Amino acid sequence: MKQIYSRPASLKKAIFHYCPGCGHSVVHRIIAELIDEMNLRDVAVGIPPPGCAVFTYNYFDIDMAESAHGRGAAVATGLKRASPGTFVFTYQGDGDLAAIGTAETIHAANRGENITAIFINNAVYGMTGGQMAPTTLSGQKTTTTPVGRDIGIEGYPVKMSEMLALIKGAAYIERVAVNSPKNIRRTKKAIQKAFQSQLDGRGFSMVEILSPCPTNWKMSPAEAWKWIDEVMAKEFPLGVIIDRTGKQDAD
Amino acid sequence: MKGHIEIDQEFCKGCELCVLFCPNGVIGLSDKLNANGYRVAACVKDEECSGCAVCALVCPEVAIEVYRD
Amino acid sequence: MTKALMYGNSAIGEAAIRAGCQCYFGYPITPQNELTEYMAANLGRKKGCTFIQAESELAAINMVFGASLAGVRAMTSSSSPGISLKQEGISYLAACELPAVIVNMSRGGPGLGSIAASQSDYHQATRGGGHGDYRTIVLGPSSVQELADLTHRAFDLADKYRMPVVILGDGVLGQMMEPVEFKYETPKELPVRSDALRGAKGRPSRIVKTFTSNPATLEELNWSLFRRYEIIKRDEVTFDTFMLEDASLVVVAFGTAARIAKGAIKNARREGLKVGMVRPITLWPFPSEAIRQLSESKRHFLDIEMNMGQMLEDVKLAVEGSAEVSFYGRTGGVIPTPSELQRAITRLYYQKGLKVSR
Repeated sequence: MKQIYSRPASLKKAIFHYCPGCGHSVVHRIIAELIDEMNLRDVAVGIPPPGCAVFTYNYFDIDMAESAHGRGAAVATGLKRASPGTFVFTYQGDGDLAAIGTAETIHAANRGENITAIFINNAVYGMTGGQMAPTTLSGQKTTTTPVGRDIGIEGYPVKMSEMLALIKGAAYIERVAVNSPKNIRRTKKAIQKAFQSQLDGRGFSMVEILSPCPTNWKMSPAEAWKWIDEVMAKEFPLGVIIDRTGKQDAD
Repeated sequence: MKGHIEIDQEFCKGCELCVLFCPNGVIGLSDKLNANGYRVAACVKDEECSGCAVCALVCPEVAIEVYRD
Repeated sequence: MTKALMYGNSAIGEAAIRAGCQCYFGYPITPQNELTEYMAANLGRKKGCTFIQAESELAAINMVFGASLAGVRAMTSSSSPGISLKQEGISYLAACELPAVIVNMSRGGPGLGSIAASQSDYHQATRGGGHGDYRTIVLGPSSVQELADLTHRAFDLADKYRMPVVILGDGVLGQMMEPVEFKYETPKELPVRSDALRGAKGRPSRIVKTFTSNPATLEELNWSLFRRYEIIKRDEVTFDTFMLEDASLVVVAFGTAARIAKGAIKNARREGLKVGMVRPITLWPFPSEAIRQLSESKRHFLDIEMNMGQMLEDVKLAVEGSAEVSFYGRTGGVIPTPSELQRAITRLYYQKGLKVSR
């Protein structure tokens, strides 16, 4: 028998600090596989956020620089402009990209900055203990919406992918999920497409990934993975939101 | 097609997703605790393993290596 | 060497370009817009260089952070309210030991304030400004020539000590036109630092971060930064003196206030008052030792500032109680006149019974 699956080289052999069933772990692995397959290790700089993923840099064997909360798109802009040959991607949570970082994200897309944003949407602020996120669903209970998110008071879940798709500088935006084998495979294709879009110099690319947070959703990993299909993906539909790269879809 | 998996039990967090998604019921949650206090997944029906690698695909901890003929 | 008649704001831009600045990220705010526009016209059009008018001052400082990570010389500029927005980014630059140049052409505050010149950001500039224990080097120019010279020096200091450097100007300096000589030519190849983060080719991967879950590690970082600050205090203090030798009253002033005070001092001297001036040029590191030494023989200091008394505290700390430090200030964007300062000097001089020579 030959080995057909093992840890990607760009993923250091370290036990993730993430919770059992957390989407971060799956996405980290997918990104590491792509860094290997697309030969990006020598030229990549990743920009992780504050949040559960602050320790991203403990897992990837690539250059990484931590950004202030929400500022990833601005930091990536400065880095990419200073060194256009460097492959720059941000890795951001829903608070980072869609609350405090909204302006930086929108304007980086608007300028068509040739960077890729990996947007981990788990509908909650994980690291700080489960507060409401911009993407929290109506009626969803969090520690700052203890009786459930009330649209009248707290507003609607924010659809960053749809909003950014309106911007011409955004070359490729897709929403995927990491809650089933099929969706995990699609997530890898989407990130590959987004990465390739940067390599081709097409402009801003983003992959929004619906990601399970069993701990703060107060579910088991299996329940959390199911909840994405049954509830979350109904509010945040999966699929290619916009593709201005002019290339055929990888499917 | 015949396959085989190896689970690194120190990396396993007992999330049971491999158990859930394996099409052949090859994996089960054992009573064994690893150093981090998690009940770990273990291969319970190696003979049924086809090497489809779905377990490795879903395993968040990259704890599973897959072999195939 | 090139001589020109320029706006202070423009001179900063020209000096930055000649210092090898590759990236400028800014945002419009009075009274520094000429600098942003100069960079748009002159840096933005240069091959391999970047000018971005960012969506906010906050975005701009984070773009500087990114460019500095990539190893290039990067600069941003603003005025007081916008500098407040940049404090988070400056704290992160200091924590990551990244060089950067930040220009503050101060205006009246607090709040949206006034668009006229003021010196009320002294504390913000010289005490780090953002959260945490850190300092930035702060340079206080007093003329368009100094704006140019200190801008060039700022980039060198930032790279040498791996930290953000603040140029603390004000609206008067930015808007005035004076002859200026640029002593440096733009380098043919723009400098890139050896620790640039551009991908781990041929070396182990590197992490630049500020967060640690181990307080002891963070304490070590702070100790390391402060050891560096001691070296800077030892080696980089710069100040100017004027008619100090036989002075009975020593004026301490920086920037525009020092220029106006100089005129007042000349007039006071004509009236027989023995007045001199110490003008700090590095506001951090502050010339504490020089002032302390002065206070061994000079007993009366007059701190003159365009604020409610900020550098005043540093002067008082420096004299360690062995001299009297008085204060005269205008704030909110009000600019004192030479005769006003002369009156303040004269009044204090006579109040203290200092000897007048006719």
